[in-house]
Amino acid sequence: MSPDAVVVGAGLAGLAAGVRLAQAGLRTTLVAKGPGATHLAPPTIDVLGYAPDLVECPAAALASFAAERPDHPYARLPAYTVAASAEWLRALVPSLAYVGTIEENLLLPTGVGVPKPSAFVPEAMAVGDLRSGGRFAFAGLRALKDFYPRLLAENLSQAKLPTGVTVDARAVQLTDPGAEADVSPLGYARMFEDQEFRSVVAAELLPKLEPGESVGFPSVLGLHKHRTTWFDLQDRLGRPVFEVPTLPPSVAGIRLFHALRDAFVLAGGRLLMGSTAAGAETNDGVVRNVVIQSAAARTTPIEAKSFVLATGGFAEGALFLDSYGEVHESVFGLAVSGVPAGEPRFAPRYFDDQPMARAGISVDERLRPLDLEGNVAFRNLFAAGAALGGAEPWRELSGNGLALASGFAAASAIVEGVS
Amino acid sequence: MDTMEWVRGSLDHCVKCTICETFCPVSNVTPLFPGPKYVGPQLERFRTHDGSPDASLDYCSGCGICTTVCPQGVKIAEINSQARAKMKAQRGIPLRDRIIARPSAMGRVGTPLAPIANFFLENRTFRWLLERTLRVHRKAPMPLFAGRTFQSWVRRHPPLTQATKAIVYFHGCSANHFEPRVGQMAVAVLEHNGYRVIVPRQDCCGLPLQSNGLFDDARRYVRELAERLEPYARRGYDIVATSTSCGLMLKREAREILELEDDEDLRTVSAHMFDICEFLLDLHERGALRTDFQPLDMRVPYHAPCQQRGHGIGKPALELFDLIPGLEVVDSDVECCGVAGTYGLKTEKYDIAMEVGAPLFRQVTEVATEVAACDSETCRWQITRATGIPSVHPVELLYRAYGLS
Repeated sequence: MSPDAVVVGAGLAGLAAGVRLAQAGLRTTLVAKGPGATHLAPPTIDVLGYAPDLVECPAAALASFAAERPDHPYARLPAYTVAASAEWLRALVPSLAYVGTIEENLLLPTGVGVPKPSAFVPEAMAVGDLRSGGRFAFAGLRALKDFYPRLLAENLSQAKLPTGVTVDARAVQLTDPGAEADVSPLGYARMFEDQEFRSVVAAELLPKLEPGESVGFPSVLGLHKHRTTWFDLQDRLGRPVFEVPTLPPSVAGIRLFHALRDAFVLAGGRLLMGSTAAGAETNDGVVRNVVIQSAAARTTPIEAKSFVLATGGFAEGALFLDSYGEVHESVFGLAVSGVPAGEPRFAPRYFDDQPMARAGISVDERLRPLDLEGNVAFRNLFAAGAALGGAEPWRELSGNGLALASGFAAASAIVEGVS
Repeated sequence: MDTMEWVRGSLDHCVKCTICETFCPVSNVTPLFPGPKYVGPQLERFRTHDGSPDASLDYCSGCGICTTVCPQGVKIAEINSQARAKMKAQRGIPLRDRIIARPSAMGRVGTPLAPIANFFLENRTFRWLLERTLRVHRKAPMPLFAGRTFQSWVRRHPPLTQATKAIVYFHGCSANHFEPRVGQMAVAVLEHNGYRVIVPRQDCCGLPLQSNGLFDDARRYVRELAERLEPYARRGYDIVATSTSCGLMLKREAREILELEDDEDLRTVSAHMFDICEFLLDLHERGALRTDFQPLDMRVPYHAPCQQRGHGIGKPALELFDLIPGLEVVDSDVECCGVAGTYGLKTEKYDIAMEVGAPLFRQVTEVATEVAACDSETCRWQITRATGIPSVHPVELLYRAYGLS
C-alpha cells in the first residue's frame, strides 16, 4: 500500500503539486523539512513583471520571453498552462479571492513604495492597484517594526507610473493603544481579528483621513478570519481598504499555506512535516523510493510510482555549492546545469548579474529532470519550483508564477501518465 | 564534531525567516517569551560562559515545534534547551522543578499510598498549599496514582503462547503509575495482532529532568533505560512506546539535547523505537494489521501533540482511525495544548499554558460526543482538566473497536 506519488517540499510548488495529485485520486505523500516561501513572501502570483522592461501583458510577453531564453522554465510552460494553473488556484482557495488574469499586470505598492507588477492577486491586495491612480493613505502601526508608511508614501509619490496616472500618497501613523512594544505581523493579525481592536483602530484613524482616500494597511488584517476582518474594517472606515505586503513573516502568505495544506489533507494526502528526504534509490532510469530521515536513528524508504522534486534552490539547501566549486542537488543527486565554469564564479556586488543564481535543474517539456547529456534522468521524476534552473525570479518577478505553474504542470504530467 | 557543536553550530543556518516565530505557540500569546528565533539563534550569539543576557529563555515551553518547522534545519529547541539548562544551573533550580521532574520517584512514593495521595491531590486546601509552597498552580492538571503499577499487572499477565512475533513495549512512567489501562490496552492490541509483548523492567527516560534543566540526572536515567532496552534492539526487536514524548526522547532528544550522540546503546534503541501508532500503521501498510474493527459511533476530536509531530511521521493515528467504521474524527489544527510536560503546572506559566491551549479546548468542547483523543499523557490531562471531557490515547479507540474491552 505504498503511495502513488511522493512530493518533496511544501512551498507553493510542492503544495500545488500535492493538492492536484491528491485531488486526482492518487495516494499522495508530501514530505517536507518545513514550510517554504509562503511564510515569507506575499501570495501574489507574479507571472512575469520585467522582461527586462515592465511587462503590462504577461500573456503577450511570455512567448517571446521564452523564445529568447530556451533554458528558462517558461520555455517548458506555455502561457495556457500558466493561466490554467492560476484559474485552478483561484477555484481552489476561494478564501483568498484571487482576482486578475494573465492578460494584464496589476501594479501594487510594496512595503517600500515600489509599484510591483503582478497578474493574480488576492482581492484584499488588488484594491491597492495603482494603475488608475487615486488618493491613498498608508496606515502605520506603532509596534510593527519594519513597516514605514512615510517611506512607502514618499517613494510611491516619486515612482514611475503609467503615463497620465497620478497617485497621491501619504502616511498616517497610528498609536494603537493596547499593543505591546514590539508586535510581529502575526501578532497584529490576531489582534485585528478582535472586533474591539478594530473599533479602536477605526476610531483613531477616521478623523485623520481625507475624503476620497483609500487606506493601505500592512497585510495583517486577520489570519483565520481574514475576510470578515477586512470587510469589517472597510465598513467602519467607509472606504476601500487594502493590504500592502510586509517583511517576513507574511501573514497573507500563511493564509495561502493554510488553504493549500488543508486542501491537501482534505483530498486524502499524507503530510510528513519535519522529516528530511535524505536521499533516494534509483535503478534503470527509474526512481524506486525516497529515503526519509525522521526522528529515529534509521531511515525509511517510501516507494511510489511517481515523484515530484519541489525542494527549492540554493536558499533552501536543495542545491548546494561545495568547496570544489561543484553544485549538487540534495535528494536525487541530479545534474545541475548553468553552473558558471572557472573563476570568478561570482560577480563582486550582490545585485550584479550572478550567473550562479540561474543554476538549477534542466527539464524536458514534461518537467522531467535531464542529465548532462540532455537525456531524461528518471522516467518517473518531475521537478518544480525554485529547483528549476534558468530563471531569475527576483529580477523577472516570476517566482510564484513559476512555482504554481510548474507544480501544477508536474502533477498534470503524472496524472496524464496514469490515466 | 561533538553534538553540542553541531546543535549550537546549526544557528549559523538561520536566515531569520521567522517561520519558527509564526508557529511558536508561546510567543503568540505572551510577550514574556519573545520567540524562538530571537531567544534561540539570535541570543545564543550573546551567551558566554558567564551566562545568558536575559531570562526570557525560561518561558520557552520546550514543545519543539520551532525545530520541526525550520526549513533550514536549525536546532532551535535544542539550542534553547541547552542554554536554559546552563542558565538554570547558574541561577539555581527551584525545588519544585527538582520534584515534578521525577515522575517515577513520585510514583514509587505515591503508589502504595494511592488513596491518601489522591485525596490530597484532589483536595483544594492541599493544592492551595502546594501552590503557596512549591508554586505548582492549584488548578494545574495533576495525575492521580493508579495504586497498582502496570509492571505489577504485566508480571501476572499470561504471555501469548502461540505468538510467532514478539515486540518490546516501553510503557514510560505514566502508564506504569498513573494510567496502567493505557499499557494494558496497548498489550491487548498488540496481542490481538499476534505479538508476544515483552516488557522489560524500566524506569523514567529522564525527559522531565531534561526539560527542567537537570541534565546530569536526565543523562543518568536515559542511559540506564537505554542499557535495559538495548539487548532487545540489538537482537532486532522493535520497541513501541505509547508515551509519544518519551518515545521521542529515546529516538532523538537525548542524543541531541543531552549530547549523547556517541552513546551506542541509545543509538541502537533509537533505530528500533516506534511510536505505537507509527508501528501499527506500518503494519497496516504491509497488510499485516488486523482490521476486524467493530463500528464506533462517535465523533472524536484528535490532537496530535507537539512532541508527536517531532517524530516526523505525520499523523498515523488519523489513518488508523480511518479504518474504524462509524468513527468520525476531527483533526485539531491547533499547534499546542499549552502544558508541554511540566511547563503548564508551574504557577508563573499556568495562565500562558491555558491561553495557548484555549483554541484547542474550544474545538474539543464543540466536537466531542464522548471523548477526545491525543497521544501524549500530559496533553490528555491538560485537555481533560480544561474541558471536562475525558481524553484517551488513540490505542484506546483501537482497543474498543477490536472489541477487546
